[in-house]
Amino acid sequence: MPMIEIRNVSKWYGSFQVLTDCTTSVAKGEVIVVCGPSGSGKSTLIKAVNALEPIQKGEIIVDSIKVNDPKTNLPKLRARVGMVFQHFELFPHLSVMQNLSLAQVKVLGRSKQDADRRGVKYLDRVGLIEHKDKFPGQLSGGQQQRVAIARALSMDPICMLFDEPTSALDPEMINEVLDVMVALAKDGMTMMVVSHEMGFARKVAHRVIFMDHGAIVEDATTEDFFGKPRSERAQQFLAKILHH
Amino acid sequence: MGAFDFDVIERSVGYLFREGMTFTLTLTALAMTGGIIFGTLLAMMRLSSIKPLSWFAGTYVNLMRSIPLLLVIFWFYFLVPYIGAYIIGSNTPIQVGAFYSSVITFTLFEAAYYCEIMRAGIQSVARGQALAGYALGLNYWQTMGKIVLPQAFRNMLPVLLTQTIILFQDTSLVYVLSITDFLGAASKVAQRDGRLVEMYLFAALVYFVICFFGSLLVKQLQKKIAIVR
Repeated sequence: MPMIEIRNVSKWYGSFQVLTDCTTSVAKGEVIVVCGPSGSGKSTLIKAVNALEPIQKGEIIVDSIKVNDPKTNLPKLRARVGMVFQHFELFPHLSVMQNLSLAQVKVLGRSKQDADRRGVKYLDRVGLIEHKDKFPGQLSGGQQQRVAIARALSMDPICMLFDEPTSALDPEMINEVLDVMVALAKDGMTMMVVSHEMGFARKVAHRVIFMDHGAIVEDATTEDFFGKPRSERAQQFLAKILHH
Repeated sequence: MGAFDFDVIERSVGYLFREGMTFTLTLTALAMTGGIIFGTLLAMMRLSSIKPLSWFAGTYVNLMRSIPLLLVIFWFYFLVPYIGAYIIGSNTPIQVGAFYSSVITFTLFEAAYYCEIMRAGIQSVARGQALAGYALGLNYWQTMGKIVLPQAFRNMLPVLLTQTIILFQDTSLVYVLSITDFLGAASKVAQRDGRLVEMYLFAALVYFVICFFGSLLVKQLQKKIAIVR
């Protein structure tokens, strides 16, 4: 049973179709990278996994729970799926520590001390323990994104979704975030990552999915994807982003 | 000429502030608190995807903003006793009293204005903030209460306070219910001693000083918030 299963998913904004019959899955412990040109629907697809974007057709199943079922307790499900956003989305009015403990206390019902203890553990893991009392606005983009990853991890998620985690960062800050993600992947975390970081994909991804115009054009092992992409569209895309 | 008697101010200043200003400030504080709470709920309703809720809030706000405040004051003062009687099935009008009647009126009226401010405030918080809250498993009320509203409130604080200064001035309209607010008290003394010019000049000066320094304070606050953001 895969951790995340996406079956024949379609979505429309009015009459405009943004996702067309997408089918794929992520096994436990697997790392997949979703890439494709902008507007290809990759961000929409990953947001559909924890129902931040509703879908009109098909089904998405996370850890045997149907996401797009009106009876599903979405807050409960989302609490178990970590998500990291392109623009970090740390809460600017809360300190780093409060950012980490808020949902632990409110959603998981942990005590403040317990939440803080776990928060400290993950802050240490992303190397930002000395910034625990600062506010997000006092941190660099790379540091903010690492806090965002620690915030997601402190909920003890069963899998992690990354929506273009490095594309809003200055170039010199991309690696500090990728390093954290590589370490996470090596620890066996199930990860679905929307990203154009092909170096990261090559290094840790088990599979790469290429999307274009809302459809999954290519779904291959990393080796095959970089070695011999089948679709012409993926070949063009790779040629463009790898050789410049 | 030269027959002005400004001593009347000195003689009545204790009464003016003890009776009048106390009432004015109490009414302002209560109506502000109630108005912001109810206005925030209205703003959430207005932005809701549930159509009847947003329709109700929209209609309410537009209605309140299209009627003169004076008319609303009369309305509630004369209507509320009958509505109350109707609700509890009593034969005689319920005595609400001028004070509670004015608190209810100002709360409901100002809520329409606070609603529009809070609506802009909620919309000023990036959509991603709410998404991040939901992604962590927070529900709608937790996301609003812990993430969106605190930021909306902070962003809108200067505008909320400016609206409160307007509310402070508007409370003077309760004199039509024969309530002794600051203007009402000044008016009473003016009539009693035949010193209309002196008393109304003094009342205007007091309102001016309070509102002027209030808005200076708001400007300072605005600068401070601009730095934090």
